[in-house]
Amino acid sequence: MYRYDEFDARLVRERAEQFRSQVMRRLSGELSEDEFKPLRLQNGLYLQLHSYMLRIAIPYGTLSAVQMRSLGSISRRYSKGYGHFTTRTNLQLHWTRLIDVPDILHQLAEVDMHCMQTSGNNVRNVTADPFAGAAADEIEDPRILCEIIRQWSTLHPEFSFLPRKFKICVIASPHDRAALLSHDIAIQAIRNSDGEPGYRVSVGGGLGRTPYLALEVGSFVPRRHILAFIEAILRVYNEAGRRDNLWKARVKILVHQLGIDEMRRRVEAEFAEIRETGMLELPPAEIERIADYFAPPAFEELSGESPEFESAKRESKQFVAWVKTNVHDHKTPGYALATVSLKPIGLTPGDCSSEQMEGLADIMDSFGFDEIRVTHEQNLVFPHVRQKDLFRLWQQLEPLGLATANIGLVTDIIACPGLDYCDLANARSIPLAQEIARRFADPELQAELGELKIKISGCINACGHHHLGHIGILGVDRKGVENYQILLGGSGAEDATLAEILGPGFDSEGIIGAVENVIETFRQKRISGERFLDTYRRIGAAPFKERLYAH
Amino acid sequence: MPTDPGSAISGGNSSPILPRIFRNGRIVADEFVFLADDSPLPDGPVIVTLKRFLAEKDHLLSRPAALGVRLEGAESPDVLRADLPKLKLIELRVGYFKDGRAFSWARILRTRLQFSGEIRVSGHFLLDQIAFFLRVGVTSFALPGNWSPGEVQTATGLISNVYQPSADHRPTILDLRRRTIVTAAAAE
Repeated sequence: MYRYDEFDARLVRERAEQFRSQVMRRLSGELSEDEFKPLRLQNGLYLQLHSYMLRIAIPYGTLSAVQMRSLGSISRRYSKGYGHFTTRTNLQLHWTRLIDVPDILHQLAEVDMHCMQTSGNNVRNVTADPFAGAAADEIEDPRILCEIIRQWSTLHPEFSFLPRKFKICVIASPHDRAALLSHDIAIQAIRNSDGEPGYRVSVGGGLGRTPYLALEVGSFVPRRHILAFIEAILRVYNEAGRRDNLWKARVKILVHQLGIDEMRRRVEAEFAEIRETGMLELPPAEIERIADYFAPPAFEELSGESPEFESAKRESKQFVAWVKTNVHDHKTPGYALATVSLKPIGLTPGDCSSEQMEGLADIMDSFGFDEIRVTHEQNLVFPHVRQKDLFRLWQQLEPLGLATANIGLVTDIIACPGLDYCDLANARSIPLAQEIARRFADPELQAELGELKIKISGCINACGHHHLGHIGILGVDRKGVENYQILLGGSGAEDATLAEILGPGFDSEGIIGAVENVIETFRQKRISGERFLDTYRRIGAAPFKERLYAH
Repeated sequence: MPTDPGSAISGGNSSPILPRIFRNGRIVADEFVFLADDSPLPDGPVIVTLKRFLAEKDHLLSRPAALGVRLEGAESPDVLRADLPKLKLIELRVGYFKDGRAFSWARILRTRLQFSGEIRVSGHFLLDQIAFFLRVGVTSFALPGNWSPGEVQTATGLISNVYQPSADHRPTILDLRRRTIVTAAAAE
């Protein structure tokens, strides 16, 4: 994975020191809260219901053992002994003190980490396919471009005060494991008919109050010009994006007001100009320098059949269940991807304690894993596990409470922090996720239901990606009382669709029964083996409405 | 980056009611006067609104004195394309510091429109934004508040290096990396 050189390291250190001086100016009263707010947000610091929340950037979701261990120790010392992995693959500490934050930033800098641009109206942390470097169907490691974008976007002088936040995602496979089209810019690595490397670029995706999937703005952008193309999109947006209304300020609104053809015309005009100056053309040597950091580890030549793995499966049914849901095929024979579920039944989705972080770091050390990934579904992935090590790995995850076998199943629920923490929220999300998971805890029932993605947001901002849920739940405030709307039919995968609201909302007790009724309807209407999403697409909303609202 | 050290005058004795103009690291006297749309035209250098410039362009450009145009947040400098060679200064007025359009207007003035005169930022902006403004091609600031030139200098020097090319043509971190590699290779 990428390691800072002297220049990266110096910039991050200086940025931490700059923030220390900003905190001092705030504490002395020189800066008003109004003036301090965008400065702290640009360093990932929110003021929430109970405390300051610090959002730590995990670029393209990749962490080393050293970083994971440091996050464990920082969470213990400066928060309440845990952190929360988010749908943007960042880590949030919900209980920090303003006065400690400069020290936290310095400790993060020591392990090549920062909080820059995890909030504020700027280019946010760039996300990627969590299976990067391991997926059989990828044509390059998407993190190479992500790191190039991370550097280009860091403290960008022109784009640090955009109309609104700006999210970029990169994948390099036909399979989408990163909710690509829900980003402001969605980049997919492709090859043209001559085999040249380049990217298909889409713009204007986003969830929130007005959800849209991104639309294609560049069918093939050559690799060396990709930064020029991204800069062109940002300039068009910075010039013309709305600033009069917070809810209409994202680039998705501009794209849909102009129409994609006019957007494309403007972007191409800017692109032609930026490309001509040549200032942003990527030199092959720099691409190679960064690519070297992402070179795959030296894989052993192993057989696709591991006797140790086969005998372990005969030994433990629980291990078999975990393999079935949490282990995925690797591009290299004898290797596998193992997903660590952060969704133990009845606990908070995405939370990870200091002990768990340190335990994961120990596992990485003992198995020689270079890295671990964070997924947008709030889980973690070991990308390169030898098949013969899977059983020992599972055994070591078990005592940490990290061996839950539920990836992709009904209890693998995405939930934002909601009204338990967030001052933007209208309703709680976590207790709902916990209760639904308890109702469907039976492993056999989960297995029978198959792939079923429930996503819960505590407000219209949609941090819990409810529009992309097979079953989405949106918490709203109805005359001072928490109320939950139910949406069906969303997908954040390569068959992306936005879920649609089924009907009137439910109170916090009623919503659990409503989800049970939706799933019961699915069981009745399902053709054997069908996913929930496919049943919904086949039969439509009517049978579900009937069940929920007929009487 | 265009500089004009010859016209810099020490601001030590300037009257407190004059705007404090920060340029090239110090407070300098402002040779320009901003003219409201209904004010009569004096003899010396003036800054006018875009509206007045477009309405009285021929007359304004026929005067011997230097001329500047003030652009508000929503006004793109593109409309001035043909007249820029005759303008001495463009003032980018920021209504509220979160409105980041001025950063693009400055960059467009320098890189697309090749404007070589003074670009001045005025209005509501933060100390912490000055470094970004300098990068996109701004050369002077009408300072709000009580910032001393020393504070402004400190605020602009907190981050030593930059990742991305901009109108200031500073060497980027990428350039510095290449130099390091070349130097290392030469030493071998």
